[in-house]
Amino acid sequence: MSARRFWVFIEQEGGKVHQVSWELLGVASRLASEVKEEAAAAGDTVHVECILLGNQVEGIAREAIKYGAERVYLIDEPELENYRNCPYYKSIVGVVRKYGPEVMLIGATTLGRDLAGAVATSLRTGLTADCTGLEMGEVKGSKQRLLLATRPAFGGNIMATILCRQSRPQMSSVRPRVFPMPPYNPDAVGEIIREEVPLDEKDTEACILDFIHDQAESVDIEYADVIVSGGRGLGTPEGFKLIEELAHELGGVVGASRPCVDAGWISYAHQVGQSGRTVRPKLYIAAGISGALQHKVGMQNSDFIIAINSDPNAPIFDVADVGIVGDLFEVIPAMIKEIKARKEQARSLSKEALA
Amino acid sequence: MFHALVAIKQVPDTTNIRIDPETGNLVREGVPAIMNPYDAHALAAAVEWKRKLGGKVSIVSMGPPSFIVTIREAVELGADWGALISDRKFAGADTLATSYVLATVIQTIHEKDPIDVVFFGKQAIDGDTAQVGPGVAVRLDLPIITYAVKIRDIDLVKRHIIVERKTEKWTEVVEAPLPALVTCEKEIAEVPFAPLPDLIRSLRYDPEIWTMDGPAVFDQEYIGVRGSPTIVFKMGTPPLPEAGEKINSREVGVQAAIAKAFDKADAAGILKPILGGVQ
Repeated sequence: MSARRFWVFIEQEGGKVHQVSWELLGVASRLASEVKEEAAAAGDTVHVECILLGNQVEGIAREAIKYGAERVYLIDEPELENYRNCPYYKSIVGVVRKYGPEVMLIGATTLGRDLAGAVATSLRTGLTADCTGLEMGEVKGSKQRLLLATRPAFGGNIMATILCRQSRPQMSSVRPRVFPMPPYNPDAVGEIIREEVPLDEKDTEACILDFIHDQAESVDIEYADVIVSGGRGLGTPEGFKLIEELAHELGGVVGASRPCVDAGWISYAHQVGQSGRTVRPKLYIAAGISGALQHKVGMQNSDFIIAINSDPNAPIFDVADVGIVGDLFEVIPAMIKEIKARKEQARSLSKEALA
Repeated sequence: MFHALVAIKQVPDTTNIRIDPETGNLVREGVPAIMNPYDAHALAAAVEWKRKLGGKVSIVSMGPPSFIVTIREAVELGADWGALISDRKFAGADTLATSYVLATVIQTIHEKDPIDVVFFGKQAIDGDTAQVGPGVAVRLDLPIITYAVKIRDIDLVKRHIIVERKTEKWTEVVEAPLPALVTCEKEIAEVPFAPLPDLIRSLRYDPEIWTMDGPAVFDQEYIGVRGSPTIVFKMGTPPLPEAGEKINSREVGVQAAIAKAFDKADAAGILKPILGGVQ
């Protein structure tokens, strides 16, 4: 009888959790359920657990339990206040060696990707980056189900499913917004286990001298409900003014395709796609974007997609719920007008309802 | 004297890769091979600091003999010396086995000619994993600074490097002792036009070819397919989502097209919460 542990690394900075951590807890719970029968037959137990590092972050550990963790391994040290590669990866490796998880998931954020490669190399195990599909599947020659990690490669042109036969844990990094949030159960109970991993002086030699906050760069397109994206069809950087206006009218943010960012029309923070951000808004409007695969993999999980393009054969129409074939410089101004009219109508209806 | 080592990779220009609509296969024919763009910027930063501090830039690249052109390109951009790490036995390596080979090579070079800074691109555009740089740093026990956008200072006397790295939330200014490993964003340095002497030199430049037989010593267990914990289980094209309705505004008029599109979004329950009003 053995314990099969499914782990999630909880990413936090300054006491704020990155939402991808909760999304991954949802994935870990599902993966655990996929091996439940097999484990029961073998007399094994299955556990969904987290590892959390930081300074005075026990509150976050309690949150993790409400999102589905049975157990949280917590390393709470002043030295871990700010994320740094070396002390973080060495601490995690220490705890992984102690408990031997079968699977470990990490968010594919800048922090997560910096960390995951170091942890996997130190443990000499396999790591699959930027997975968009994860399941525990049967594989010939293996008694237990293995983690089948599917990811886009070659700029999204092909999907590759990767597995790791022998080394453990089977590690994957997953982008924010690829998987939905799990349910939140305020009454859930679980266990917090404090761990300590001794560090050398050398491990903390690299230090952060300063943090620079750039207001203009701080768009958060990953978690926006409405995104209006512009592509090469805008013709010039000035075209983004129109995109901004529409986004503003919808209370949304501005996205962009890679060619616009490469051309310097708009900053990288706005880039949607395999080489930019993966997004999952309620409404995604793509204007003047032809729809290269690398763009589509970053936005096709949006709830509703409206595409505007003058070319009726543009591949973006393949993922759109509604496509408008036409000149975006005619369509968008008319759209802004229509939205204003519909808002006005909604307001007067509310007044009537109140009256 | 400053010694920078840059690890570079040749990649297919992924912006030109497409799927054959009839066979569903990846079309690689006619797709140009280029130096991974992030590596080109990392190299540019290394050359910039070589010019400031005096010293040299070494290149290592792991791959088939066709990668020689990429090393020549690096020489054209200001590198002084290059080695191609090439052996059939290295083939099929995943990121773990790749980091083993590169770390072993870099260690071998370092023992003869100590390295101050190891440069990588932040990731390669064909695999997009961003795993090899951190892997090499762990194996060599070097401090790592990923997603670097600016090198503020390299001080060979105080033996430190100060780098700005960009995360989603902010820019961090990080100081690390030398030797250190840095993975670079494109902002790190502009790729310069090659000066004529470098261009001429690059045309005739033949990099050293390092194989399984030396000069670095490799353990068979850790290289190629055998040293790779991950395997590709299957490959396929991404599933095609179902296309929605296409409305031609030139036929029905712009107003009508928009009204129709919005009505559909409304019917899906999308628009009302966004526009406000009664639910």
